[in-house]
Amino acid sequence: MQIVSYIIYLIASILFIFGIKKLGSPKTARQGNMLSSIGMLLAVVITLFDHMIITYEWIIAGLIIGSLIGSLMALKVQMTGMPQMVGLLNGFGGGASAVVALGEFFKVDTPNFEINIIITIVLSVLIGAVTFTGSFIAFGKLQGIVTGKVVKYPLQNTINVLLFVVVLAAGVFLIVDQTQIELLLGIVAVSLLLGVLLVLPIGGADMPVAVSLLNSYSGIAASMTGFVISNNMLIIAGALVGASGIILTLIMCRGMNRSLMNVVLGGWESAGAGGAAAGGGEQKPHKSIDSEELAMLFDSASSVVIVPGYGMAVAQAQHAIRDLANILESKGIKVRFAIHPVAGRMPGHMNVLLAEAQVSYDKLYALEDINDDFPNTDVVFVVGANDVVNPAARHDQASPIYGMPILNVDYSKTVIVNKRSMNVGYAGIDNELFYLDNTLMYFGDAKDAISKLVNEIKEL
Amino acid sequence: MEILDLIMQIYVFVLAIFVGFELITKVPPTLHTPLMSGSNAISGITIVGALIVAGEGQNMLSTILGLVALIFATINVVGGYLVTDRMLKMFKKK
Repeated sequence: MQIVSYIIYLIASILFIFGIKKLGSPKTARQGNMLSSIGMLLAVVITLFDHMIITYEWIIAGLIIGSLIGSLMALKVQMTGMPQMVGLLNGFGGGASAVVALGEFFKVDTPNFEINIIITIVLSVLIGAVTFTGSFIAFGKLQGIVTGKVVKYPLQNTINVLLFVVVLAAGVFLIVDQTQIELLLGIVAVSLLLGVLLVLPIGGADMPVAVSLLNSYSGIAASMTGFVISNNMLIIAGALVGASGIILTLIMCRGMNRSLMNVVLGGWESAGAGGAAAGGGEQKPHKSIDSEELAMLFDSASSVVIVPGYGMAVAQAQHAIRDLANILESKGIKVRFAIHPVAGRMPGHMNVLLAEAQVSYDKLYALEDINDDFPNTDVVFVVGANDVVNPAARHDQASPIYGMPILNVDYSKTVIVNKRSMNVGYAGIDNELFYLDNTLMYFGDAKDAISKLVNEIKEL
Repeated sequence: MEILDLIMQIYVFVLAIFVGFELITKVPPTLHTPLMSGSNAISGITIVGALIVAGEGQNMLSTILGLVALIFATINVVGGYLVTDRMLKMFKKK
């Protein structure tokens, strides 16, 4: 029986790998997710036959409760709420790993584990608990329950390092004397606190990095649990997820030209303060345009690029944007979407929203695929994006976003910026794009303003 | 002997990380959100550990911990796969 389950676990691992491989193309992605879920089902079913399992009532209760909550969450969540959803799921995954390790520890009356097991129990509890509370704080920030601002307090990093050292020291003592159960409880408590303190300083727009990083942690926690229960399938699956999270984290950091350290420690805070002060002062002249004129401008264009940002998600404007794209295309105008890697609150956030609005995915372009094309573009329409189109990133060495790769929308013939007001973006700095000669501001809530624009175009 | 076991497990861990890096660098940005939620569901594999702890019937404390872990992991697995499927269903080319 043992042999059968090992073989099934191997098959499940292979299905996970193929599942992720098929996620490499939108055509096969859904099938890939299906393969991966079949792997999971196989793993669960064969585990139910494990000779160590003697009672099933708790298992049935747990599976039913978990399935109900999980499917309710998955079916109810709106596409704009996806970052929160992923944050929450991460938290549950990390929490599960930590609690499994605790359960392993407490199932014997006098713990006397092999050194490799006790080490991985400590690591699993540490990483799992940090993921658990960290993810819930990230969820709170994305949902607006916890402040989305960069939170700073004195000795922040010193405290975090100190807490981390405390956990490690407690871990070492526990390994030496495993009967000191208080030590393990201390590790749990400090790790939970550490999760809160690590995510709290991170600002709202840096959440793509935080969520990716927590995703990675939840994978590594699962791997550690694999070490605890000596199961290679868990080690493999967890490592795949750990790698995935790290890669996404690095892509996000590169998209902002910042180091991981800078993001995690809550960077950009000084810029935020300085920029806000400057923004409050003089008002530079900008030009604005109304929907009627804008309709005529679009009508005379032959190629249009739409640049969505987090503002599109907030205003739920993706459907209105789809209508705009459709009507322009019906007039023979070429419409494309340019998506900055850190647009929105998680990697790929804009793509999912546009997919929801039934925009064909081959019209969505990544930064490097479209940036050289802006000089040949008649009209660029920026909807709810700000810092990622600020030309200051290219030339102003004093700017906090200097060096960040941006969409060069200012190279196009005309830039239309839809915003509610002239307020500054996340980085807290003024955007010089708004004052350029070829930029026109189109004020209003994205959804209403774009619907109005679509009506004007229809009437032409 | 257990140290040798540990080293073999570290082999598996390191090689799987390399496989992960190879696979994931090929996923296009357009699919990064489903990649996150889909890989997130995979990290719910810890459900296997939860099932064993919840079903071993060793003592009350570990059984309760097992139940909690099982609920968490099941939410992660079921929620993760379902929401990923919901998203991927929408990615269409006209």
